[in-house]
Amino acid sequence: MTNSIGKAINRIGIPTFAVGLLLLVLLITAGVQGQSIPTLLTDILNRVGMNGLLVLAMVPAIKSGTGPNFALPVGIEGGLMALMICMQFDFSGWFLIFTSLLLSVVLCTILGWLYGKLMNAVKGAEMTIATYSGFSIVAFFNIFWLAIPFSNRKMGWMLGNGLRETIQFKNFNASRIISDLLKIEIAGVAIPFGMMLVFALFCFLVWMFFQSKTGMAIFAGGQNPRFAEASGLNIDRNRVIANIISTILAGIGIIIYSQGYGYAQLYNGPLNMAFPAVAAVLVGGATASKASIPNVLIGVCLFQGLMTTAMPVMNQLFTGTDLSDIMRIIIQNGVILYALTKVKSGGDR
Amino acid sequence: MNNWIAKVTGQPSFDLKTWILDHIVTILFWAFIILGLLTAQNLTMDGFFTELCNRFYRNIFLILSLIIPVVAGLGLNFGIVVGAIAGQLAVIAVRYWGIAANEQSFGGLTGFMLMILISLPIAVLIGWLTGTLYNKTKGQEMIASLIVGYFGNGVYQFIVLFVIGAVIPVALSHPMILYDGVGIRMSVDMGSVTYSLDKILQIPFVPFMIGASAVILLFLLWNQFLRKPKADGRSTKLNVLAFAVYTVLCAAVMVYFIIQLVTGSVLNKVRDVPVVLMLVVAVLAVFIKWIMNTKLGQDFRSCGMNQTIAEANGINVNRTRVIATIISTVLAAWGMVIYLQNMGTLNTYTAHNNVGYFSVAAILVGGASVDKATIGQSITGCLLFHAMFILSPEIGKALFGQAALGEYFRTFMVYGVIGLSLGLYVWRANKRAQLKMPEEAASDQTVIAG
Amino acid sequence: MNNGILEFINVGKEYSGHAVLKGINMDVRPGEIHALIGENGAGKSTLMNILFGMPVIHETGGFTGEVRIGGENANIMNPRDAMEAGIGMVHQEFMLIPGFTITENIKLNRETTKSSAMSKIFGKRLETLDHEHMAQDARKALDTMGMDIEEYTRVHGLPVGHMQFVEIAREIDKTGIRFLVFDEPTAVLTESETEHLLDAIRKLAAQGIGIIFISHRLDEIIRLSDRVTVLRDGEWVATEETKNITAAEIARLMVGRALTLDRSETERKISDEEILKVNNLLVNMPGEEVKGVTFSVRKGEVLGIGGLAGQGKLGIANGLMGMYPVVGDVEFKGEKIDVSKTDETLKKGIAFLSEDRKGVGLLLTSPIDLNIAFNAMEVQGKFLKKIGPFTFTDTAAIKANAEKMVKDLDIRCTSIAQNAGALSGGNQQKVCVGKALALDPDLLLVSEPTRGIDIGAKKLILDLLKTLAEEQGMTIIMTSSELAELRSICDRVLIICEGKVAGELSPTDSDEVYGMMMSGMTKEEAIKASMNAGGGPND
Repeated sequence: MTNSIGKAINRIGIPTFAVGLLLLVLLITAGVQGQSIPTLLTDILNRVGMNGLLVLAMVPAIKSGTGPNFALPVGIEGGLMALMICMQFDFSGWFLIFTSLLLSVVLCTILGWLYGKLMNAVKGAEMTIATYSGFSIVAFFNIFWLAIPFSNRKMGWMLGNGLRETIQFKNFNASRIISDLLKIEIAGVAIPFGMMLVFALFCFLVWMFFQSKTGMAIFAGGQNPRFAEASGLNIDRNRVIANIISTILAGIGIIIYSQGYGYAQLYNGPLNMAFPAVAAVLVGGATASKASIPNVLIGVCLFQGLMTTAMPVMNQLFTGTDLSDIMRIIIQNGVILYALTKVKSGGDR
Repeated sequence: MNNWIAKVTGQPSFDLKTWILDHIVTILFWAFIILGLLTAQNLTMDGFFTELCNRFYRNIFLILSLIIPVVAGLGLNFGIVVGAIAGQLAVIAVRYWGIAANEQSFGGLTGFMLMILISLPIAVLIGWLTGTLYNKTKGQEMIASLIVGYFGNGVYQFIVLFVIGAVIPVALSHPMILYDGVGIRMSVDMGSVTYSLDKILQIPFVPFMIGASAVILLFLLWNQFLRKPKADGRSTKLNVLAFAVYTVLCAAVMVYFIIQLVTGSVLNKVRDVPVVLMLVVAVLAVFIKWIMNTKLGQDFRSCGMNQTIAEANGINVNRTRVIATIISTVLAAWGMVIYLQNMGTLNTYTAHNNVGYFSVAAILVGGASVDKATIGQSITGCLLFHAMFILSPEIGKALFGQAALGEYFRTFMVYGVIGLSLGLYVWRANKRAQLKMPEEAASDQTVIAG
Repeated sequence: MNNGILEFINVGKEYSGHAVLKGINMDVRPGEIHALIGENGAGKSTLMNILFGMPVIHETGGFTGEVRIGGENANIMNPRDAMEAGIGMVHQEFMLIPGFTITENIKLNRETTKSSAMSKIFGKRLETLDHEHMAQDARKALDTMGMDIEEYTRVHGLPVGHMQFVEIAREIDKTGIRFLVFDEPTAVLTESETEHLLDAIRKLAAQGIGIIFISHRLDEIIRLSDRVTVLRDGEWVATEETKNITAAEIARLMVGRALTLDRSETERKISDEEILKVNNLLVNMPGEEVKGVTFSVRKGEVLGIGGLAGQGKLGIANGLMGMYPVVGDVEFKGEKIDVSKTDETLKKGIAFLSEDRKGVGLLLTSPIDLNIAFNAMEVQGKFLKKIGPFTFTDTAAIKANAEKMVKDLDIRCTSIAQNAGALSGGNQQKVCVGKALALDPDLLLVSEPTRGIDIGAKKLILDLLKTLAEEQGMTIIMTSSELAELRSICDRVLIICEGKVAGELSPTDSDEVYGMMMSGMTKEEAIKASMNAGGGPND
């Protein structure tokens, strides 16, 4: 009996099971505490929509064999850059969103190409180098935000040069513009249909891509590089393509995230954004070498669900101390460490 | 049968491009510092040196704690963060009792020694756990050590913010405890432990420098002319050029400081040197040298060079790696205690956060890499790195009119240095591992055979 | 120094029910040089693993029989026991740390230490190294070998020959070394280095050390050894005084006819057109280097490539497919091709069944249908459909193709959606064949097609290849370690030795000739030697 339970847990995956169980306990606690469950669900759905694409960005990178994209900030900065340029021209509303999305695709393609090349040069230590690439690009953009001579007063400091730490979407009539699109309330739960559709659309596109000839080639290269080589595939080129896609998803993801949040966070805002995204896909059952769309969906729901529920529940249980953030730190990094212990050392050489 | 083997003497030829690539980070830092010293406007020499020395005293111990894991093949241990956390837990405990007892029995040097003592078992336990984890993540130790730091931070926060007070009973009125009786406050004052190690014996900076350079000079001369060859017959003598350069440099420094002493320049205003702290660092350096010369040290090196061969020869590789991690963690804990007695305050929730990045960046700037680190590299790295830290706001101000830019720039330097060094290391290792074209491989063979 | 005899008494070993070693009896006397010879898979390495108590033996249920030293059961359960019993080995791959000095390598994990105050408190591991003593020991061991090289030289950058000697010096330095195993020690050495090595081995034997000398070079065995033991297919074949036996006899004993596969001579149409011409092919495949191979294949022919492991036979097909750095002129269907570009080669109509079925041949965690279609899809653009500007996989076509292959090749599976990793070895190999056939190739390169496949399935695979050649006129180059297999379906067999073609044989040539050519003789020498030994070319 215990054996079969153990087997079932192993099949689901220990992180998925543990986080799922914890979420269940928290939800029950929330119910007992008399918290408004519809409000919680509304929050969860909202945050799933905001974070979904950032988690989805992990899939191409993992499938191609470079491992989870710890350099998510590369794409994020690309997206923010696109957003800032469009804001400088004082675009607003849907026009702002669409132009910045388009521009971010262009910028992220360039950044992703460079990043992919870098990943090919450091095979075997991708995760470490990716992390520092992410940190470095954030630090670089810190200088950039401060030095760039953008003149739109909605973005600058009151005094001195450079851009503000947080830039309000409200000033551009674009706050929560996607998040509130087609919002439907059912039983007190506000379902952000527009947002869900956008997320679903991108999931579908990524899934479609991996049904294509190139997508298959990328997948094979990640699963078994020797097999791909014997099939005459250009593995390095495919890894670059995968990382470009991952970077583009991160760029689009941050624009969607920011509009949902209502602010674009510059400077050190993106510094640690890769880790929750990596943790989420791992919670969904992915490993450092295998990931799928269901992993993303399950992961982002469980992880964001946990974070959303934990805050009010914990605050009521232990007033005054912000234990929910500590819980996030422990779970997030615990899950990543667990995944690292499952990485086969030495790679394919 | 004798003498059929030609003596192998080939000296590697000097290649400027390789040399620059090998030392790119150090070169960049020198350039940056020289630029800073030239452009800085509000910087006095005594201010600069005081700041630099202070930072050196505080950090060098932490940086030295990185050496052993590098030698043992674990790479750069970003996980010294958890060592620092062990030190902070000890500091919190001792300060708690110290304040409760009005510093009577837990203040000053006693308090300091108690911190050292209490941090030891905590660091050994944490070191053992992280070492075991590194064994399970072989090949990915560096990313693992980074995440271990984050994970440890979470657990630490849980302890100091919640467990203390909610689980461990504490005095509600204690000034270190938050208002509601649960958790430690944002900052902990080191009280009379501050400078307890530093102030045992302090001597003025300029005479110290004269003395230190004299000692080094004497050592150089002794090494070159009087020292007997090592037991295994190897000579320790430097080549003539290196000897000349070092001697002249050392003499120049000595003469320079003698002049400063005589003319009574501003350098005489530099903060006094805490001799005991320097001695402690010297003892640590000797300890590292000594342990590398024991059987254990040789095992570290064997594991670091090639785990498979070490294992095949009966060395328990995993155990050896755990020991290396434990030593590193304990040294980091002690390093943190030393750091805090010099700082005077513990920022409970943030002090440990950058310990890993800064120490690793510093040792890399000194010329270390994933598989090589020495005491000399730690010292140069510490000086160069912290000189950059002091100068970067000045450069920002001078070049862009914004000090904040300089600060962002220095963050960029920290991450950039680590990224660049590690990236170059892996890139070159991959290049070496790449299979050669058959003709090349064949010609290599004949060169070797002939 | 040595007064015991090393004996293997009725030693056997099974790996999961499959016997790899059966009732081996062999003994090595002190001061004797005992050569051990056999083809790949003859059981040499298993026997040595038993001698050294390697984990691979004891983790898989141990062995039967006994290893005795001086008449007593040696009870060797791990490498440490073997070391303590005075058994040493000079490995084929050097177990040296390049960054260490010669002394440090010789004394690796056996460093001489001095106790100190710290070590008395914290244990032996904190004893300081006694460099002086270590250097002396190293010097002594080097002098025994007649090596005039400073003991504090770093191993990194030493010539290969020197490294071999450092390895030997390390074994000599071990106190009480009684038996020393040399595993193909001359494979990496030049001629003069080999001479010195053989001298050194004689010297060691003269000091009373028993030597087990594993080599494929018959001439070395004849010149050096006192006795020779031949193993074949895990069984003991013979032990003879070397002076009473000729190279030809050893060769015949070594090859034998293990598995008789009938050779049915059906007349096949082999055209005169040379479909593939290879000129001076060099491949840097580690452990299987090809050092200049020239041959050609006619259309419709089945060409065999044989030879011992490590001699480069596997490198040829891998090189032709661009799996490793390769140079050489290759002409396919009258057209020059650049074989370093795998996709070009595949497009031209050459398909490859790798010897590493699981590592290279298949995506183990993907379904059968995708595995079969993959190459044809990526290389030739089959099984694809266009939707707007995008190209997607045509799932229906992939499925239909897989169903057909499963039927044609008789792949036993629950469905085509089953993962390739879940199939048996034989069925995996059939999936690989299906994958190659989906490409419609003109030339099929097949490496070790029956490796790791049980006897029954072996026959099926070979029959399948034969059918392809006979019915579809497919040209096949088959590389195999199993001579019987090559001889059963090939028209000609090339023997590869030390990276070069030693010669071309007919499937009907005698065992001795095969054996001697694999051991580095030319065809003329081999035939002459076999005539002298009384065997005919057609036995």
